Amino acid sequence: MRKSMVVVEGSYAVAHAVKVCKPNVISAYPITPQTHIVEDLSQFAADGEMNCEYMNVESEFSAISALIGASATGARTYTSTTSQGLALMHEALFNASGMRLPIVMTVVNRALSAPINIWNDQQDSISQRDTGWIQLYAEDVQESADMVPQLFKLSEDPDVLLPSMACMDGFILSHVYEPVILLEQGLTDEYLPPYSPEFMLDPKNPMSFGAFADPSTYTEFRYKQEKAMGEALKKIEEIANEFKDIYGRYYGGLIEGYALDDAEIVIMAMGSVIGTIKDTIDELRHDGESVGLLKVRSFRPFPADAIRAALKNAKVIVTLDKNISIGKNEGALCTEVKACLHNTDTRVPVIGFMLGHGGRDIPMSTIKKIINKAKLVEKGIFVESEFADLREDLA
Amino acid sequence: MSLLKPGHRGCAGCCDALAGKFVLDALGEDTIVVSPTGCLEVFTTPYPESAWGVPWVHSLFENAAAVASGVEAALKALGRKNHTKIVAIGGDGATLDIGLQAISGAFERGHDFTYICVDNEAYMNTGIQRSSATPLYASTTTSPSGKVSFGNPQHKKNMPAIIAAHGSPYVATASVAYAPDMIKKVKKAAEIKGPTYVHVHAPCCTGWKFEGSKTIEVGRLAVETAMWPLYEMENGVVTNVRKLKNRKPVEEYLKVQGRFKHLFTMEGGSEEIKKIQAIADWNVKHFGLE
Repeated sequence: MRKSMVVVEGSYAVAHAVKVCKPNVISAYPITPQTHIVEDLSQFAADGEMNCEYMNVESEFSAISALIGASATGARTYTSTTSQGLALMHEALFNASGMRLPIVMTVVNRALSAPINIWNDQQDSISQRDTGWIQLYAEDVQESADMVPQLFKLSEDPDVLLPSMACMDGFILSHVYEPVILLEQGLTDEYLPPYSPEFMLDPKNPMSFGAFADPSTYTEFRYKQEKAMGEALKKIEEIANEFKDIYGRYYGGLIEGYALDDAEIVIMAMGSVIGTIKDTIDELRHDGESVGLLKVRSFRPFPADAIRAALKNAKVIVTLDKNISIGKNEGALCTEVKACLHNTDTRVPVIGFMLGHGGRDIPMSTIKKIINKAKLVEKGIFVESEFADLREDLA
Repeated sequence: MSLLKPGHRGCAGCCDALAGKFVLDALGEDTIVVSPTGCLEVFTTPYPESAWGVPWVHSLFENAAAVASGVEAALKALGRKNHTKIVAIGGDGATLDIGLQAISGAFERGHDFTYICVDNEAYMNTGIQRSSATPLYASTTTSPSGKVSFGNPQHKKNMPAIIAAHGSPYVATASVAYAPDMIKKVKKAAEIKGPTYVHVHAPCCTGWKFEGSKTIEVGRLAVETAMWPLYEMENGVVTNVRKLKNRKPVEEYLKVQGRFKHLFTMEGGSEEIKKIQAIADWNVKHFGLE
């Protein structure tokens, strides 16, 4: 363990990262498993360690709404939520993006009700895919924390101006104690300049925000959001590299390969399951198997070109999804990967596995079982998409 | 020129346009306005035009109070609060119905802002559907009078009392038909520190079915019949009421509006009008209007 490392809870590492980003307004509502982040932030505020307005609001809907007002007034703004709270925000998520407000939110990924379940999967943030928010998925605690300044920098870029979600798996990352480097104030000041928006609510220079657009103008607002996502796609790599230059840590920008170059079977996934997959690959590589990993870090914007290039040599592509589009029998990553390969020369099978719903553990044995199924593809035996870890006694 | 500029798309005789103009007349340039979705929002900001001569923000239908509280928090955090007044101007649907939770939260937290409800007693922007501010027996498109109905069966929700129960230092009722009184109250509300509230009665010619030239006349009849009492509450106590010298019977107010027309044509209508008269009588007694 390096000397500058400390063992802290994942939520604390994230809250500390938020603090050193010097937000002006934080607004939040408690919900498991996000609570520790907002408790730690409240304590920082109570101890005078943050020069920030901390708002305890009466719902997640008001949490995001207050930040819409604060961000439009020129403040750097932060919130965190999960699951039902994120679902309650849904309407306002579109609004924040459409109004081009660079709000940053940590989503502590959790399953959605019914049945009610407080444990991890990624259905909550995946279900907000089309709201116009940038979505990055963290692999471990350090990355969950490091994403916070990265996303402020990205969201506040005048060419981007889109809100963003730093997604971290609930409990698995939020409640685990791991050795991490807490973000240094000095380095963060160097990395992240103060937010100084060109447009804001100011009586000295009155502007109108949130106007009514009819069919003659509405389409172009959407077009410009999409264009801004395109800018974000270019800049995610840049800000990850700048982060590396200043802090010395790098997680990939849009994607990251692991044992990828010569791999015949390539597993694709997002979030904390990446660690388990890497360990499994290490074992299988030791046994001479040709298995690799393509971690998807940015789900929105979706890095289609980078993924196509990374999958050039794959023989079988396996996607893992902690979510499902019910009625499609497929997870979102599976659908998107298939779609991005469609108009290309890459003609290899993509098979999808849905797993880890509602906090069900994903052990290495499950990853191995999936890889064994991927091997059968060469013999022409495969289903396009299925649940990987069904209990037969309940199914 | 008014800070709510001409060229907007409000109806001729629009009560919302009057209310918006009076609010800005009262508060001046150093003001930030938050609008929920509604007529006032739609007709003042057809992109790329805007009628607002002050900073203005609209987010959603149900969140104006939360947005306003975020504006206030940001001004404080950025050291820009100074004397800038923050005012949310919402319709009755946005205030009494869908936005009630956000308003309750903002008042409980005690932000320094003023919420103004411009109450035209139904969802006018979507085509005159009833809200919880719609008065007894008003015919709307979702509470129509019919062979077995006298129209809206519920009484109007008492929103000023709900706000007063939050401990607001200043709650007042006003009417667009009494401009100097309304302007005075809005100014006072904004000057008092903390979350304050002005509930403005606003006759809508389109929704209530009267000529656009009669907005002020109808608004005055509401006050003169005691259907809309004008009062101020400070820290939960009524401190000032507008007294009525020669109170008129409610029929005089009802008969000039198409939304109550059925009460004068349907069998049993006159008996039902007595129930409306009882509301006015209660107002007189409760607020000491005479």
